[in-house]
Amino acid sequence: MKLDEVKIGGMGASRKRVEDNRFIRGKGNYVDDIVLPGMLHMEILRSPVAHARIKSIDTSAAWDMPGVRLVLTGEMMAARNLAWMPTLSYDTAAVLATDKVRFQGQEVCAVIADDPYIAKDACGKIVVDYEILPPIVNPVQAAAADAIQIRDDKAGQVGNKIFDWEIGDKARTDKAFEDADLVSKIELHYPRTHPSPMETCGSIADYDRATGKLTFYVTSQAPHIVRAAVAMVAELPEQNIRVISPDIGGGFGNKVPIYSGYVIAILASILTEKPVKWIEDKTGNLVSTGFGRDVYLKGEMALRKDGKILGVRMNTISDHGAFFADAQPSKFKIGLMHSAFAAYDIPTAHMFATGYYTNKAPGGVAYRCSFRVTEAMFFQERMVQAAADDLGMDQAEFRRVNFVKDEQHPHRTAFGFLTDSGQYEKCLDIGLEAINYKNFEAERAEAAKRGRLLGIGISTMTEPLGAGNSREYDILGIKMFDSAELRIHMSGKAILRTGSRGQGTGHETTWAQIVAHELGIPADDILVEEGDTDTAPFGMGTYASRSTPVAGAAIAMVARKIRAKARKIAAHLLEVSEEDIEWELGRFYVRGNESRGVTIQDCAMAAYSNMPDGMEPGLENTAYYDPPNLTWPFACYIAKVEIDPETGVWDVLQFVAVDDCGVRINPMIVEGQIMGGLTEAYAMANMQYQTYDEEGNIIGGNYMDFLLPTAWETPGFELYEVVTPCPHHPIGAKGVGECATVGGPAAFVNAVVNALKHKGVRNIDMPMMPNRVYEALTTGKDIYGMPPVRSGN
Amino acid sequence: MSSLYEEIQTPPASDIAVRRLTVNVNGEDRTANVEPRLLLVHLLRQAFKLTGTHSGCDTTNCGACTVLFDGRPIKSCTMLAVQADGHSVQTVEGLATASELHPIQEGFKQEHALQCGFCTPGMMMAAKALLEENLNPTEDEIRWALSGNLCRCTGYQNIVKAVLWAAEKMRAELN
Repeated sequence: MKLDEVKIGGMGASRKRVEDNRFIRGKGNYVDDIVLPGMLHMEILRSPVAHARIKSIDTSAAWDMPGVRLVLTGEMMAARNLAWMPTLSYDTAAVLATDKVRFQGQEVCAVIADDPYIAKDACGKIVVDYEILPPIVNPVQAAAADAIQIRDDKAGQVGNKIFDWEIGDKARTDKAFEDADLVSKIELHYPRTHPSPMETCGSIADYDRATGKLTFYVTSQAPHIVRAAVAMVAELPEQNIRVISPDIGGGFGNKVPIYSGYVIAILASILTEKPVKWIEDKTGNLVSTGFGRDVYLKGEMALRKDGKILGVRMNTISDHGAFFADAQPSKFKIGLMHSAFAAYDIPTAHMFATGYYTNKAPGGVAYRCSFRVTEAMFFQERMVQAAADDLGMDQAEFRRVNFVKDEQHPHRTAFGFLTDSGQYEKCLDIGLEAINYKNFEAERAEAAKRGRLLGIGISTMTEPLGAGNSREYDILGIKMFDSAELRIHMSGKAILRTGSRGQGTGHETTWAQIVAHELGIPADDILVEEGDTDTAPFGMGTYASRSTPVAGAAIAMVARKIRAKARKIAAHLLEVSEEDIEWELGRFYVRGNESRGVTIQDCAMAAYSNMPDGMEPGLENTAYYDPPNLTWPFACYIAKVEIDPETGVWDVLQFVAVDDCGVRINPMIVEGQIMGGLTEAYAMANMQYQTYDEEGNIIGGNYMDFLLPTAWETPGFELYEVVTPCPHHPIGAKGVGECATVGGPAAFVNAVVNALKHKGVRNIDMPMMPNRVYEALTTGKDIYGMPPVRSGN
Repeated sequence: MSSLYEEIQTPPASDIAVRRLTVNVNGEDRTANVEPRLLLVHLLRQAFKLTGTHSGCDTTNCGACTVLFDGRPIKSCTMLAVQADGHSVQTVEGLATASELHPIQEGFKQEHALQCGFCTPGMMMAAKALLEENLNPTEDEIRWALSGNLCRCTGYQNIVKAVLWAAEKMRAELN
């Protein structure tokens, strides 16, 4: 009898999640749940000011407190060559400040004590004398000729500029603009925001002097990178470093970098010879760890009268904070910003990017996106809407005219990417139908009678997911690929390990489904384990939606290696030559005699008990997968909003999401990812941002200022599916975890701007808080930049 | 009184008074010696080793630490342990029996109402408080009842479905 793939939990099964069994019982194992014997607790003292020279630090009162074991300062770190550490973008970042503090919230001292309350108390006893320096809180100030230099620690650094970078064909693009019938322009700011997972960052360092072994428990999306970094920074032999990333309470890019707290905790454990736990508080997480976005985007589009796009110019100015600590592939200074307009057939494009230091938190992580793709797609769809409006063309029709057609794939974009596949018009059509686009103007007129303003906003996106290929993608020189190791036990059950690390993304469930699909072993018979560098094969981790494109592919490939060996065993068991063996899900049989066969489980047993002469025993293998290209999912998101003109409050009447992420391994989990991503898109469009006042005080350093939407505000989402299998991925899958966060924001902004178009409004920057919408609709003016900060006193 | 006697290992600084308290946790009396400033969430996590209750934001916004206090949902990061002396506290660990999940737990799994799982215990406790008062809630009533609990992963839609799933099952069990 043939196996039913869905019944065994294979591809396409909405299999319930394995990891839920512990989470719903309160038996998750997050880093703060781990208690080791004799464990000490660390607390970090942070700078209250944005920019200041440290004149002196007096820690004596802290040392005197009962229960305090160690107080660390930058000077003590420097004595061990640990005051500075490398960042993921070839810069350096202070571990504990020595010379200056460069942003509010920067780590200045650390106290290690018997109890977290004592550690916190002791931090309050430390006296730091600061000589205040003028703070720089935006790139305009940073670029000023007389600006104070933030990074005076760096030899050869001039001013506050980090990089100039360009890509594309300038001469050809200039020519396209000369030939244009019309040039459409837009200028906007993608505000600074924070990934803000519910769980903050944290770690336990456990150094054992007797064995020389460091066990480091850490909330990391990329435990193998942590091991490599610790080996480099702390100069411990890599074989003696074991990094364990337990259950992660959300990551969204925030838990990729190496933070000061980790380095300090490791040193503290070495010095005290005890395990040292450091759990960041929420403010510490929001003010010092990897933020997202903070880019000023300007651009223009050369257009022909009939709606054809002839060329695009983009200019970005990015604010990186005090250290250039972006987590991104080395080759690209502003991530994959040049993925902009990849879904559109545009002959030529040019982009110029500049990055600056400011007295703000460092980071620039890929917050639920593939390295600045969010900013790229947001700019793309805002630019497209402005161009359609300037041409007087319907916004859906303008997209249709310019989309890359299905048969043009693989398509070389104007910035040099190669998109792999897609059905862009089909997705658009499904979206337009679902939202009843044809009827929208009638709805708008009807709402106007009630005194309400209706708007509709379309956003489409395709993003490059699954870095790398190793030719182009590396982090600190380590090529980007991923891995899987599969061991089939003699009973036909299995354990699978990968170099990725799920963070709520359901790997323990879906990875087993890929093996079930390839081998016919029921998913329930496969244990998935990740996050322990002593047992898992090397991998670059989980971020930028790269797990399914890369680790997922490695899983399929290792399963195929296992199947190839099992085929030889089957031939032996069936006493025929290998060429006469056929495969169906879970079973080999003799060609022409279907009833004569052996199951994969029979082969597993034989691998340990009855292998052919000369064959290596066992049934285990490892695969490393270096993808030939990135995967290119596509999505069309359409929002319909209603604005109350008396308050500026906007409500989402309907939201339609059409996602094409290739073959879906577990549709339930894919839909969960899309809904979660759309909620973060809604959050950014509506309320979730961080800014700084002119003194460099952060606004958005706790959940009273940094607003996340609750169940009450969050709209409902209608999901639709299109499947264009990825042509180069072994199971046809593409990445999906971030599509909705990437493509979603422009749908909301386009909708609100569409509602105010008749007032002459072309742009409202996020967050579109009611007062900003109200200002736009009453004045007819664009809203640009961050919401103004009310100063104190 | 339970035979289990838990206490914070670290002796407090000498000038801090120590209070002995007894809290009924998930139906069992538990005793500890604590500093008066110790937060309830830390009593549960550190002294009683009930790590299902998570500490999320420190400012009473996120609700990851939600437990039922004498049957009502409260945020245990904003209550002192000593305030719980003589009262009852229910945590996520008390939801399931040895053999059976609570319908809310089942509903969360069936409807894919969790991803990273960090907000889940607090979310389920808030849902329990709702369903104990109202076994037939509307979607709006559920969204309002859970609006003190933040989730960063799911977008809430499946959480609402999970609570509806649980309500239906609990109504069926009553009949």
